[in-house]
Amino acid sequence: MNEFVFLYRGGEHGRLPERAQQIMQKWVAWFKELTDKGHLKDMGQPLERSGKLVSGKRKTVTDGPFAEAKDVIGGYTLILAKDVNEAAELAKGCPIFEAEGQVEVRPIMKLNM
Amino acid sequence: MEPSEHLFRHEAGRMVATLTRIFGVHNLGLAEDVVQDAFCRALEVWKFRGMPENPSGWLMTTAKNRALDVLRRERTARTFAPEITRQLESEWTLAPTVEAEFGPEAIKDDELRMMFSCCNPQLPEEGQISLILNILCGFSVDEIANAFVSSHAAIEKRITRSKNVLARSRKLFDISGADDFARRLAAVQRALYLLFNEGYHGASPESAVRADLCRESMRLASILLKNPLGATPSTYALAALMCLNAARLPARRDVSGRLAALGDQDRSQFDQALAQEGQRLLELSASGAELTDYHIEAAIAWAHTSPLRTEDTDWAMIVSFYDQLSAIRPSPVVALNRAIAISQHEGPQRGLDEIHAIEDSERLANYPFYYAALGELELRMQNKEAARMHFASALRLARNSMEQSFFEQRIDACG
Repeated sequence: MNEFVFLYRGGEHGRLPERAQQIMQKWVAWFKELTDKGHLKDMGQPLERSGKLVSGKRKTVTDGPFAEAKDVIGGYTLILAKDVNEAAELAKGCPIFEAEGQVEVRPIMKLNM
Repeated sequence: MEPSEHLFRHEAGRMVATLTRIFGVHNLGLAEDVVQDAFCRALEVWKFRGMPENPSGWLMTTAKNRALDVLRRERTARTFAPEITRQLESEWTLAPTVEAEFGPEAIKDDELRMMFSCCNPQLPEEGQISLILNILCGFSVDEIANAFVSSHAAIEKRITRSKNVLARSRKLFDISGADDFARRLAAVQRALYLLFNEGYHGASPESAVRADLCRESMRLASILLKNPLGATPSTYALAALMCLNAARLPARRDVSGRLAALGDQDRSQFDQALAQEGQRLLELSASGAELTDYHIEAAIAWAHTSPLRTEDTDWAMIVSFYDQLSAIRPSPVVALNRAIAISQHEGPQRGLDEIHAIEDSERLANYPFYYAALGELELRMQNKEAARMHFASALRLARNSMEQSFFEQRIDACG
């Protein structure tokens, strides 16, 4: 098994109660499926939507957000899969797509030492 | 862990009620924003970390922190609840005040206070019910439109208008005054009764939606019963009639319950726990001198629910209950139900005579179950042509596809 990180971008906020309920239930079900099939290494963490950006030679510090709301990374998860294709297949089950979100699937680099 | 059923809806009601008390009723919209922000926050965190041990507490704490931010940011631009405005002005008193206003004792009656505030006499009944559904039950505009078979635009307009009336009332209803409480109580009971009926008999084609309305009205009635001033004999009777009717919901074969008396129901499907709870509440309602229409409707529901076999139903007793109900609250629908009960007791011809004798029956002219009742009784008299004609009239008036297929099936039964 190889390790991958799923980076979540965009997605739905669920401001209305019953919608929030549905979104929550879908994410719970999705993580449960990944866990049951042994693909979940670490549920990961949510990330605050705002923060600081430090950039340039002069190390200028500016306030976030860093991109349009739909491009901000909202969290990450660590996944175990055979290869990147299987990982991408797994990502298709994510409820984020109902709200035009994205999942970026990136292999964690292996150090063969 | 999964979120419990309708967690967000019910928490929305509690949170908006508490925040509105602190922000003031004129800032209802601000309270709703804070709740929505708290939901967004909950989703972001819970997705990854799972549900907390106490989701209600988590949401309320998040709302409290957000409320503190809002109060700090807006205290020069806005006025908040008049009773605590002074304490909110100074940073010394702001946090302790908000902390106290979110304490268990302070938030205990918030939902009840909001329920009474929504039943503002300046609002028509449908406005009161829409507000209750939107604010206390967390129903969205679309969900309410779906329940009342209305359009998004019409419901949105109704809710906006009702919220404006609420905001102009300047403050939430004061539930500590016994006299004011007693005066407003009848309107609150009526709103919960109508909410239940919309679920039980309503036009929404989705039975899940209607079951939601029944369950919500029962939840709100139980909040009312928890308050010493709210727990009157008539409130017990109201809660009893809800439980006793809801107990029969799983067995209901027809589409609206209006013809329940005519159909045979599978009694093994009755919800026995609800039936017992209804009977307990009915016993508790039997005190004091006042006999309300809720008492009689509860007694009718009990007479339908308690016999072990349909043929053991005491129709003479049910007819006498309908006689009493006609005396207290005469209406063509009550008269129609009375006629149906008489037909069970004394035969279809007597039922038909009673239906034809209903005064102002023209008010039933657009009511499909008026024609359906005529059809059933004619069919039992073997007057198949007449029966078919009545069922065809019912079919033309059907309010949704479920009613349609039910009436089509009755037309087929006419051979």
